[in-house]
Amino acid sequence: MGVINFEDLFEAKLAKNDMIEPKDWMPENYRKHLIRQISQHAHSEIVGMLPEGNWITRAPSLRAKLVLLAKVQDEGGHGLYLYTAAESLGISRDEMLEALLTGKAKYSSIFNYPTLTWADVGAVGWLVDGAAIMNQVMLQRTSYGPYARAMVRICKEESFHQRQGYELMTHLAFGTPAQKEMAQDALNRWWYPTLMMFGPPDSESPNSENAIKWRIKRETNDQLRQRFVNQTMPQIEYLGLTVPDKNLKWNEAKKGYDFSEPDWVEFKNVIKGNGICNKERLLSRNKSHKEGEWVRAAAMAYAKKQNENYEAA
Amino acid sequence: MTSQEALFNYSLRLGDTSIILAQRLCEWTGHGPFLEEDLALTNIALDIFGRGKALLEYAAKVEGKGRTEDDLAFFRTDREFFNTLITELPNGDYAKTIIRQAMIDCFDLAFYTALANSKDETLAGIAAKSIKEITYHKRHSFSWVNRFGNGTEESFNRLQQGLDEIWAFTGELFEMNETDEILIKEGIAVDLNLLKADWEKEINQLLTKANLVIPETLFMQKGSRKGLHTEHLSYILAEMQSLPRMHPNAKW
Repeated sequence: MGVINFEDLFEAKLAKNDMIEPKDWMPENYRKHLIRQISQHAHSEIVGMLPEGNWITRAPSLRAKLVLLAKVQDEGGHGLYLYTAAESLGISRDEMLEALLTGKAKYSSIFNYPTLTWADVGAVGWLVDGAAIMNQVMLQRTSYGPYARAMVRICKEESFHQRQGYELMTHLAFGTPAQKEMAQDALNRWWYPTLMMFGPPDSESPNSENAIKWRIKRETNDQLRQRFVNQTMPQIEYLGLTVPDKNLKWNEAKKGYDFSEPDWVEFKNVIKGNGICNKERLLSRNKSHKEGEWVRAAAMAYAKKQNENYEAA
Repeated sequence: MTSQEALFNYSLRLGDTSIILAQRLCEWTGHGPFLEEDLALTNIALDIFGRGKALLEYAAKVEGKGRTEDDLAFFRTDREFFNTLITELPNGDYAKTIIRQAMIDCFDLAFYTALANSKDETLAGIAAKSIKEITYHKRHSFSWVNRFGNGTEESFNRLQQGLDEIWAFTGELFEMNETDEILIKEGIAVDLNLLKADWEKEINQLLTKANLVIPETLFMQKGSRKGLHTEHLSYILAEMQSLPRMHPNAKW
């Protein structure tokens, strides 16, 4: 019997498009990369509850309130599956939370932008969730099984959210002049931050190469960004709104739009913690966690007593 | 008061009570003590909003003046709201939110179970749909009361404090007026006197199990049946109604 080379087996699975499962051997870098990516994704869902949650109590109709509340709840649910998927790689939820609360872990920078008006709720659903879907659709076929399966469900819900966001924008864009103005203002503010969500240009993306090799990622940042713009422009035109980019125009030769790069200096600044909401988002998460401490302690103490009673009986 | 007016008032009272409670509960969304509870409480808020929306839709229909459920929710003033006072009290900490919810869930399960037999088909339908939801809500709030009461010293103290703060607002759940009298005769409304003994018994059992002491004061606050509220309601409405009032001709 020859010696089994685990690395070869792993590579062979990748080559065959087979899934890697929690009990399979995997290279340490692959595990680390996934833990980082999945936990960041989970944190983004949880922090992402805040900017939209900001409008729940002020939603302008009962239906809109139900839709938004259900959406924010879905985001929390996504956080939960993703934390569970990450746990299958050998990290605990407490460790991940600790990293989020101390600011050590990253989450999607987009949530450090504020939701200033009701139209922002629509813009976030339509553009931000729309951009997230571009990234996530390919993750349904990613190499790590638990992550891929979580993404199947998440994508279904996200695409529902995107349609709801667009519906909200439709009401505004075809509503009163003040509503239309609100919609345009939201689009102006969210356009570039959304384009930034695909990450830095390929020439400057440090994590891309391994991610593509391991099928954790299947398309590059620039490819996805281009596809997002191509897909979104007809929707913007239908609404009668415009993008805040004078250079944006159809390029027949490449069958796609040419458009301006986002301000990458701003991008780096927000990542570094200088966005208007970075501190607030983190403070808010810390506050809830701290205020929930006695609740969690009570639940643990009660469970312990129950176990003792059970064992004594 | 005609029976149509009574039916309008009744649906409005039930609708307002649901909407204002859910409005309070959803203040927790994104801020719960841990993720699973955040999701659970949001889910409960969703159920109660859904019920409130259906009830206000019906109130608007019964009124027959062309108003919608949103007109009723967003364009009435403080003195025109009839939600029970207990629903508008600030959430406080999680113990206070939970003990308030337990009081209301215990009442609501008995109430909507009885209302499901109403001769009014719409109210009976809304009630029937709510029973399953409230059964789950009650299981949730009761289990947390028990957990806090038998958890740590801190959780017990907080729970007792919460109970002390809300207790005087529980009596109003059972208050009736002319609206009830008219509709009880027609087999539409629930006679709240018939629910009281069971509610007291169940709540007593719950509180005993959680080692809680019922506050000595027997005085019970009231006022909402006449549109008289605590100081908190105006702030809830200021927040909830701001956008529609800023854009009165807009559709959302």
